[in-house]
Amino acid sequence: MTIGLNTFLIVSGMLFAIGILGVILRKNTLVIYMSLELMLNACNLALVAFSRYNGTMDGNLFVFFIITVAAAEVAVGLAIVVALFRRRQTVMVDQLNALRG
Amino acid sequence: MVDILFYVFSAFTLISALLMVVSPSAVNGAMCMIATFVGTAALFVLLEAYFLAILQVMVYAGAVMVLFLFIIMLLNVEEGEGGIGKEKWTVAASVVGFTILFVLIVSTFAGSGHLPELAPAIVVDNPEGAVDGGFPFSTSVKSFGYSLFSKYMLPFQVCGFLLLAGMVGVIVISKKSSEQLEAEAATAREKEIG
Repeated sequence: MTIGLNTFLIVSGMLFAIGILGVILRKNTLVIYMSLELMLNACNLALVAFSRYNGTMDGNLFVFFIITVAAAEVAVGLAIVVALFRRRQTVMVDQLNALRG
Repeated sequence: MVDILFYVFSAFTLISALLMVVSPSAVNGAMCMIATFVGTAALFVLLEAYFLAILQVMVYAGAVMVLFLFIIMLLNVEEGEGGIGKEKWTVAASVVGFTILFVLIVSTFAGSGHLPELAPAIVVDNPEGAVDGGFPFSTSVKSFGYSLFSKYMLPFQVCGFLLLAGMVGVIVISKKSSEQLEAEAATAREKEIG
């Protein structure tokens, strides 16, 4: 394969940028949450590429841990979203403005 | 050949990620997200991380996105504007996103020179111990086990504890408080009497 490390890093950076675009742009809490997952995924891609081109196993192990933590985070985060919906009847961030002065 | 595959899969991943961000419906967004995860798994395969590719499809595209779809349909947030907000926010988000993209690309190119090309990884049965502080890269699942139970023993245990804490946390968050339950029981009793 003649693809270098830089090309993988650019793809990873573009994925991360798309993720942060979603976090800022969207109003739906669930979509914002999916964009956060996308950013984690971009980091995973960069770590695997580093691990492959460095010739060590550590990056792959980090990705393993990130996947574990992300799964736990999704479970807790979605429970929080459901609790929020029960109380406020909405998941749109522009209607959740209780902290606005 | 592999190069063409790389371009195909990265284009697929990026396009579906972009569709996820701009699609007005949350369910469509979740479907695009599954496509993104599968595309990333294909990129993992190109990087010879086969175990992680399988894990990615099973955990992310399987478990996590099913949970997302379940919650989206449970809350039924389809109707109403799930879409993009005000004009000035769109502009601000685009500026921030493209700035970060620009910085990442510039720092990628302005950084160090090229790394040496690697030969395809050797499949080792019994990975050598910590050479220069790390296990050598291999495609076997066995090297994951060796690393997890030697070098990364403590993080591995902490991960297990974190999963337990997450489980307990979800139960505590989604449980109704006892006063709420009592109030509901009281209203039900009143209805029966009345």
